[in-house]
Amino acid sequence: MSALFAILLYLATLVFIVGLLYRIGGYARTPAPLKIPTTPAPTTSTGVVLRITREVLFFESLFKANLWTWGLGWLFHASLALVLLRHLRYFTEPVWGWVAFIQPFGIYAGITMLLGVAGLWARRLLVERIRYISTPSDHLMLVLFIVIAVSGLTMKFVSHTDVVGVKNFMLGMMYFDIQPLPEHPGLYVHLFLVAVLLLIFPVSKLLHAPGVFFSPSRNQADNPREKRHTSGWGKKLESES
Amino acid sequence: MADVTAPAYRVIPIIPALKPGAMEGVKSFVANDKIQEAIGFPGQLVDDWHDKVIAKMGELLGKYRSLKVYMDACVHCGACSDKCHYFIGTQDPKNMPVARQDLMRSVYRRYFTLPGKLFPKLVGARDLTREVLDEWYSYFYQCSECRRCSVFCPYGIDTAEVTMAAREILDSVGYGQKYSNEIIGKVHKIGNNLGLPGPALADTLEGLEEDVKEATGIDVRFPMDVKGAEVLLITPSADFFAEPHIDSLIGYAKVFHATGTSWTLSSMSSEAGNFGMFIGNYEQLRKIALRIRQAALELGVKRIVVGECGHAWRVAYSFWNTLNGVGEGADPNDQFAQMLQKQLDHRYKQPMHICEFTWDMIGQGALSFDKGANDKHIITFHDSCNVARGSSMGGYPGGQFDIPRNIIKAVANNFVEMSPSTTHERTFCCGGGGGLLTDDLLDLRVKGALPRMEVLQQVVDEHGVNFMACICAICKAQFTKVMPIYGFDRRMVGGVHQLVSNAIILGDK
Repeated sequence: MSALFAILLYLATLVFIVGLLYRIGGYARTPAPLKIPTTPAPTTSTGVVLRITREVLFFESLFKANLWTWGLGWLFHASLALVLLRHLRYFTEPVWGWVAFIQPFGIYAGITMLLGVAGLWARRLLVERIRYISTPSDHLMLVLFIVIAVSGLTMKFVSHTDVVGVKNFMLGMMYFDIQPLPEHPGLYVHLFLVAVLLLIFPVSKLLHAPGVFFSPSRNQADNPREKRHTSGWGKKLESES
Repeated sequence: MADVTAPAYRVIPIIPALKPGAMEGVKSFVANDKIQEAIGFPGQLVDDWHDKVIAKMGELLGKYRSLKVYMDACVHCGACSDKCHYFIGTQDPKNMPVARQDLMRSVYRRYFTLPGKLFPKLVGARDLTREVLDEWYSYFYQCSECRRCSVFCPYGIDTAEVTMAAREILDSVGYGQKYSNEIIGKVHKIGNNLGLPGPALADTLEGLEEDVKEATGIDVRFPMDVKGAEVLLITPSADFFAEPHIDSLIGYAKVFHATGTSWTLSSMSSEAGNFGMFIGNYEQLRKIALRIRQAALELGVKRIVVGECGHAWRVAYSFWNTLNGVGEGADPNDQFAQMLQKQLDHRYKQPMHICEFTWDMIGQGALSFDKGANDKHIITFHDSCNVARGSSMGGYPGGQFDIPRNIIKAVANNFVEMSPSTTHERTFCCGGGGGLLTDDLLDLRVKGALPRMEVLQQVVDEHGVNFMACICAICKAQFTKVMPIYGFDRRMVGGVHQLVSNAIILGDK
């Protein structure tokens, strides 16, 4: 079982990293031939950095759109971030001070993350418009997060697993020295679904995470009159005329 | 078209329930082969359209980062789902921005993503069939590319970019829209969207000079093709004869007159509008923009000023520098741009909006007004979508909102705002933009105007508003057509420079 999980997690990590780099490379290489920021937009690159930062940290546009979706979405994402950071303890020895500090918050973040994602799912099921636009994969994605969160929380609050063993396994993975993974069904479910998440990341709507940085309507400075904007293929037309 | 009626106002502006298929049958007239071929598209739907559509989609995904990112990034959160005026007015779920994008995204997933190839049902992917293609045609010509959805999208996904790509794909396989493509043909053949030839234009301008002389006793000129003039005015051709557009043209002329600015129109390039943007065709967009460059070089003007036109201002402000070099900041080795840069006067923004011009002149004290002349009006201002969300004015974010309002307040005493959830960046499209200002889509246009009409009714009831100013030729034409259907007087709509024209004191220069 340890070997199986080791192979799965290595594979998933590889697909995640290579796949994501490939997608990001694709976004970066594709030209943006025209200036299309959604205005009013910042006129300087500092302003653009601030705009994207507000978008990434506070979901500024979503806040304007719908308070329920914003609240639930933000709760989910902020909790997820905290939970991920908390999990660094399984990959570091000694554990970094700030990671140790956030442990208790990280645990409660697991609960708020579950609340957030459950709320988003309720919205997807109950609001007619959102139900209409939902595909089976939209629902499954939320189920995936719910099961990951529940299996993780179960190991904390209901049926403990040997966390020292888990940590040994993870540290071993990092040095290509496979250690035994504690036998625990909840842990198996948890790790398996995390691997699934990593595997589908580069081919699913999870690409919204890198996408937000490459969105021309958000990442362009509004200075078209002051600075001539050109792109490869657009510029080539000039030599032809 | 007598059967077109206005939808009822919502008592509370709640989000409407879905009426699937409500606008399914709506299909803007398809372009015939003559119209198509005149601008380089296949005359009829080509036999191998299926493969050509997929190939074209692949090409566009490689050429436009916007499309590539937007196809992937949507999470179906629904933030945009209640933001489109066509959805609010028609209740057709496919007029929700996300659903409109999904018409294309479903095909993208099927042919360009692994999960869509393996498990199409799971991820909402579908084969490209003739029904899908027809659905594209129907619903991508029910989008006015107003970008309201992109304001609210957490990733800034702009449905306009998707609509433009879809129209470009449809055109490339011979499935074009009559209205937009016919107009593009006219620009190339005659010089403007309305097909008004040079001599007729000269006549019209002469007539205007006489009218203004009669009304004011002053010789206000409407010059055309004057070499060496300082300003080249590029304005939507509707300004030359449509009501109420023409009153704003008179306003521009009076501003130029009162400030002693030498200016000219161009008979060759007598159109600010650029429908190349509406159909998402870069070559047309560029070719039409190059006409302005040509006119500027031929006439040797120092400045280029753009009249009241929404999408034209987006093209001029955001795209001209890229497309035809009207602007600044070009690379010194950029010969294409430098040719024009030497000629233009860089003390001024290039291009400049007529509202920026007028507001600058007001700031310099070069204009004086009799505000009382507008006292019969209680005025509100409709932000036009392309100005609000696709451009700016004054060189700072939000100048596009302040400057037209500042002008109105400088020339009139009674100004009232409409509900803030429908102005500034949140403004609603008039319902006729983006290549939909055609009578074969009148039903859609009337329904799309609903959210604007609702809040207009509010300020009419509460403040007695009797004039809605705007700075867009399409808004003006759309409102004069649909407002009577909502029970308003069509003369309630007019341009900002119409108000300027009413109040400006010309003296006896």
